[in-house]
Amino acid sequence: MQLYNLDHLRDLEAESIYIIRETAAQFERPALLFSGGKDSIVMSHMARKAFYPAKIPFPCVHIDTGHNFPETIEYRDMWMKEIGANLIVGHVQDSIDTGRVKEEKGPNASRNALQTVTLLDTIAANKFDACMGGARRDEEKARAKERIFSHRDEFGQWDPKNQRPELWMLLNGKKSVGENFRVFPISNWTEMDVWMYIVAENIPIPSIYFSHQREVIDRDGMMLATSDFIIPGPNEMPRKEIVRYRTVGDMTCTGAVFSTASTLQEVIDEISASRTTERGTRSDDKRSEAAMEDRKKAGYF
Amino acid sequence: MELLRFSTAGSVDDGKSTLIGRLLYDSKSIFQDQLDALEAYSNQKGYGVVDLALLTDGLRAEREQGITIDVAYRYFATPKRKFIIADTPGHIQYTRNMVTGSSNSNLSLILIDARNGIVEQTNRHSFIASLLNIAHLVVCVNKMDLVGYDENKFNEIVDGYKVLASKLDIKDVTFIPISALNGDNVVDRSTNMSWYNGPTLMYLLEHVHLSSDINHIDGRFPVQYVIRPKEDRYHDYRGYAGRVASGIFRVGDKVMVLPSGFTSTIKSIDSYDKTMEECFAPQSVTIVLNDDIDISRGDMIVRENNVPQSSQDLEMMMCWFGDTPMQPNGRYILRHTTKESKCVIKDIRYRIDVNTYHRNEEEKQIKMNDICRVHVRTQVPIFFDSYRKNRITGSVILIDEATNNTVAAGMIM
Repeated sequence: MQLYNLDHLRDLEAESIYIIRETAAQFERPALLFSGGKDSIVMSHMARKAFYPAKIPFPCVHIDTGHNFPETIEYRDMWMKEIGANLIVGHVQDSIDTGRVKEEKGPNASRNALQTVTLLDTIAANKFDACMGGARRDEEKARAKERIFSHRDEFGQWDPKNQRPELWMLLNGKKSVGENFRVFPISNWTEMDVWMYIVAENIPIPSIYFSHQREVIDRDGMMLATSDFIIPGPNEMPRKEIVRYRTVGDMTCTGAVFSTASTLQEVIDEISASRTTERGTRSDDKRSEAAMEDRKKAGYF
Repeated sequence: MELLRFSTAGSVDDGKSTLIGRLLYDSKSIFQDQLDALEAYSNQKGYGVVDLALLTDGLRAEREQGITIDVAYRYFATPKRKFIIADTPGHIQYTRNMVTGSSNSNLSLILIDARNGIVEQTNRHSFIASLLNIAHLVVCVNKMDLVGYDENKFNEIVDGYKVLASKLDIKDVTFIPISALNGDNVVDRSTNMSWYNGPTLMYLLEHVHLSSDINHIDGRFPVQYVIRPKEDRYHDYRGYAGRVASGIFRVGDKVMVLPSGFTSTIKSIDSYDKTMEECFAPQSVTIVLNDDIDISRGDMIVRENNVPQSSQDLEMMMCWFGDTPMQPNGRYILRHTTKESKCVIKDIRYRIDVNTYHRNEEEKQIKMNDICRVHVRTQVPIFFDSYRKNRITGSVILIDEATNNTVAAGMIM
């Protein structure tokens, strides 16, 4: 007898495609937030599947801090061509130049917090009413409580205590003028699910996820790559290491891990054995215990 | 590997967060940096030991109050299965969260404090599990360490629960004596309760039979989105994108489209990289028909010889979520699968007391967290199955037109 059971990856994929289609159906001007990281890559891959053979009926939006890994930008442009999506880029540099934000000073200056303003400005300029993000609930405690269709008030803010109940798969995207939604199609995926799916679907990913040699320094318990934005201090000795990245973020706050994993399978084996979460390599989350909750309330991804 | 979605419910202090922390901890799903953060917080607060409950108490507001205030989702996997936990709060004002968290669950885990036995909350949680037609129920009698691992105490609670369950529509219940704090019978078999021969909680979660939870009989395909590529080579392509709600569809099947009633046959079932011979719930696919029929979002493709009920008058059980009470004769937007209709609440048949299961036919005031049976009249016909038969085509939400909030969940009788 034929068994009508879905493997967990196909179950998750079916749910995500449903959410992506629901977003396209319920909103007038949706967009997909694309960071160049594996989560948004998987999300955009499923967006392509969701509407095939038609093109993805919404643009992808990248908020460029100006401090990205060059490999990420190169990958982004390749991938957008591959999936046939329109790309809109919001530059944090523009927000700085127009005085919308002030750049942090000092050796730990990061443009991570500034992204929020650029993101909200980009949403406003393009009148997006729903932005899909690749956040997962397993990543972080504040995210574990967020809805799939997450309401934002007219200031782009999230109110964790006043979320709409979300039942079955009946997603409510109704809103008043000026309000918008963040939508999280891969809410229920874990880091491991994402990797297993990348293997199953043979999806290309940026090279920095694989082992390579790079000049790094130690700072705040992390290995940061030296670059135009990370200048070694007097006591920080740059050295060459064999590393890779578990997340793709801003160069100023994304730490490398020692790794010789140069294939997807080796990466998965390494994660299986790993004893730290991927966000442990992000200094933006270490600033305080409730760092993500505060940023999300302010309108962060 | 299969996916099991389960929800937990418990009173404020019966150790639910500790139990989830224990499942995550003993299944090695907690990473070192999470433990480090926990230890730092526990030390700072002077707890002495690492408080596993902190793993699931996410938001800062909760930390301050020391209680869980909303549905939180947790993830872990064993070599056998992948699990998604909807962790729902147990206190009175948050029934809505429990209904929400249970709506996608295959299994509900109910905690009873061995010292207190069955309390009002137990009645309420069991009622909601039954109302939401959750296929499997697991009753964990927790804090067995505090009653000397006493078998009689456990049996007393089991007997009491069976009386309670007999008043409800509950199919499959398992009782497990545990200590979440010490790990007895959670992942590892307890050495303190040799009198218990049943499964540990983890064993049960890994082995409970799931495939029969999905309706593979009634073919229902709510159309979500119409795919019309703007390229010449796909000039005549009209694909109906959606997620199979139930049943199985095969190429060549005779189908009917509702509400038009037109019939056709399935030409192809498409997904991105392949065309499929058949599709089944809960797959997301695109169906192409052999005839050119006008179909849009909100329509439903069904098997010609097995159609859902169609009516503008729906009898349903309803859980009210809104801050403002249900308005008698109030107008709301009803969402059912991918379809929307204006609706009016024609009559409140009765309100049910979730603690005593008493039906009060005089009570017409329905406030947040109340559960009642209502008659709803919709503007356009709805194609539905009873919720007991089909969770997807039997469920609705009500949306307040003024605030856009989701104010109620309904299960069609």
